[in-house]
Amino acid sequence: MSTLTSHRTRPPAQPETLRARRLPAYAAPAIAVAALALAAAIVYGAGIGGPVLVIVLGALLYLVGLFAAANAVEGRRAARNRTWSALIHSAFVLAVLPLVSVVWTLVSKGAQRLDADFFLTSMNNIGARDPNGGAYHAIIGTLEQVGIAVLITVPLGLLCAIYIVEYGRGKFAFAIRFFVDVMTGIPSIVSGLFVLAFWVLIVSPWFNDGRPSFSGFAAALALAVLMLPTIVRSTEEMLRLVPAPLREGAYALGVPKWKTILRVVLPTALPGIVTGVMLSIARAAGETAPVLLIAGGGAAINFNPFENNQSSLSLYVYQQAGSASKYAPDRAWTAALTLVALVLILTIAAKLLARRNRLSR
Amino acid sequence: MGETPHRSADAGTGGTRVTQSHEWPAGASARVAEAPVSTRSPDGSGLGGGGALPRARAFGAERAFHGLTLAAGTTVLVIIVAIAIFLIAKAIPALRANTASFWTFEGWFPNDNPPTFGIGALAFGTVLTAVLALVMAVPVAMGIALYLSHYAPRRLGNALGFLIDLLAAVPSVVFGLWGRDYLIGPVTDFSGWLNKYFGWIPIFGGDGPYGNSILLGSLVLAIMVLPIITSLTREVFLQTPTANEEAALALGATRWEMLRTAVLPYGRPGIIAAVMLGLGRALGETIALALTLGATYSISFNLLESGGNTIAANIANRFAEANDTGRGALIASGLVLFAITLIVNIIARAIIYRRREFTESAA
Repeated sequence: MSTLTSHRTRPPAQPETLRARRLPAYAAPAIAVAALALAAAIVYGAGIGGPVLVIVLGALLYLVGLFAAANAVEGRRAARNRTWSALIHSAFVLAVLPLVSVVWTLVSKGAQRLDADFFLTSMNNIGARDPNGGAYHAIIGTLEQVGIAVLITVPLGLLCAIYIVEYGRGKFAFAIRFFVDVMTGIPSIVSGLFVLAFWVLIVSPWFNDGRPSFSGFAAALALAVLMLPTIVRSTEEMLRLVPAPLREGAYALGVPKWKTILRVVLPTALPGIVTGVMLSIARAAGETAPVLLIAGGGAAINFNPFENNQSSLSLYVYQQAGSASKYAPDRAWTAALTLVALVLILTIAAKLLARRNRLSR
Repeated sequence: MGETPHRSADAGTGGTRVTQSHEWPAGASARVAEAPVSTRSPDGSGLGGGGALPRARAFGAERAFHGLTLAAGTTVLVIIVAIAIFLIAKAIPALRANTASFWTFEGWFPNDNPPTFGIGALAFGTVLTAVLALVMAVPVAMGIALYLSHYAPRRLGNALGFLIDLLAAVPSVVFGLWGRDYLIGPVTDFSGWLNKYFGWIPIFGGDGPYGNSILLGSLVLAIMVLPIITSLTREVFLQTPTANEEAALALGATRWEMLRTAVLPYGRPGIIAAVMLGLGRALGETIALALTLGATYSISFNLLESGGNTIAANIANRFAEANDTGRGALIASGLVLFAITLIVNIIARAIIYRRREFTESAA
């Protein structure tokens, strides 16, 4: 400290050269304005485009100008740093534009048909010239299909994760882990085709007088195939986070392993598991492709998922999008808004739950 | 996991079984009742000592539970195999009936007599749109992820990261609807502009109509996978050890040099994983492309003219009108898609697994 203070008392020998030379603060905005002006001059002078091209060309010129100026004043490394920083910021702006546009279109167009009629009526007997009609049958379908899929996958997924974490050893457990990972990447339409080939075309004729029948249950099966790997992976990660002393404590008290898992390990990991399940539900609720192939997509209300065609919200959006009626786009957007709201509520609840989870922190 | 011993298995090895008679902990009381005990005196004075483990039973709850979990684990393998078997079983009759070459014929008429259909153009379109979408999305996604993790203020970064996570959960049909109703306008204008000034490049050639083109499809796809790749890579970048970053900065590195030398190498396996996941999503995407592509059956690199098709979009578009052979043909195309995604996924997982071991042992 003494040497420092003694330094300070001395008159500064060459204080300017201790710091590298830097671009003045006004340089970046100045370059930006110059780049935009130059771009406007080029674009309108040559008559090759409009304001969008001016901005794009201006951004490119700004990057080049910034690099050149910084290279001259601050040196090559600082110039690279500035240019990459500008690129990263512009990547952010570039990506925010379409995403904001999606959200804005969704809300503004979706609000047009957001009335009680939409949630309380179906599309039964709604012709191309009828402005009303709703998505009641589709909401019912989504809830039932996702509900059945959850009933199938949650026990199966939990047991599978327990096997991988607690019991599995050697190559077999590794193979299961590996194929759960691989299964995560199965396209939704392939799972739809699988259920079509397996359930609709081969199994369902047995109890439907030899005719293949679409049903909500088939859609639930396809959703289950899609949800299973996500649930297994998230549960597996949560089970691995359970501290070993908890298990050892239970063993020391003479509790058998299966009971330790059910009474100690699972309750500890429960909040994380619920989060994973909710996220996978959110993903399954938005799937269109499998439902399109195997649920049939009727226009009337059908509470029975095991018989006759059923619709779902995402399928409803797709059908209305392809419909020729001039009222159909409004219905499609409102249904899309409903679907997104459903998915987002589930996702937000899951994330908030994950924040309160003490294990994963 | 591996460290915990198989309790009941160990219990079976003990020669003489001795049991204490004092109070058992509450959690074990059920086990006591069913455990066969060899030396238990009625007045409660046992021999004492350790090793008081119940005997392993052939049909106990432990075995049953173990078997149950094993069965659940096996189900995953069964499902994967079943998908392949059932798709193949339903595809073979249609492939037999096909009078054109399945691999090279450019067209899809499985409902005609004789049926002709080929996968070539569809598989080409699938790979082309997915790769184009990734080429557009990955650099931008990594830029956003770096911005959120290392440039933005902490609170802003966290809030925006949460929003990106939410956008990753938006169903693809919504993106498809947006692309078809809204994005098509700007893309048509842009296509006309590109064609006017860069029409001499073959991929921007042709003379319209523009709109429902591969450009529109892959743009929608790019915007769709962008939040997914961003949220995955952001997590990876946030996990970089602070010590590495500070070491780089302490050595005089600029912020970009710190990112390049400390953050990006550390996150490389995660980035590969995220890109591969995005690729899998893009390859299998159905509805967004069914709503935006022009659905033609030709192999063409032209990005601007209406056209383009993918396996998944073709299945969604042609399913309603399909007869028996038509369904079989669509299932056969789905089988090809399944094979493509399976190969991509297996390669990706193999890379990640090897990298993971590598980085863990190095760290």
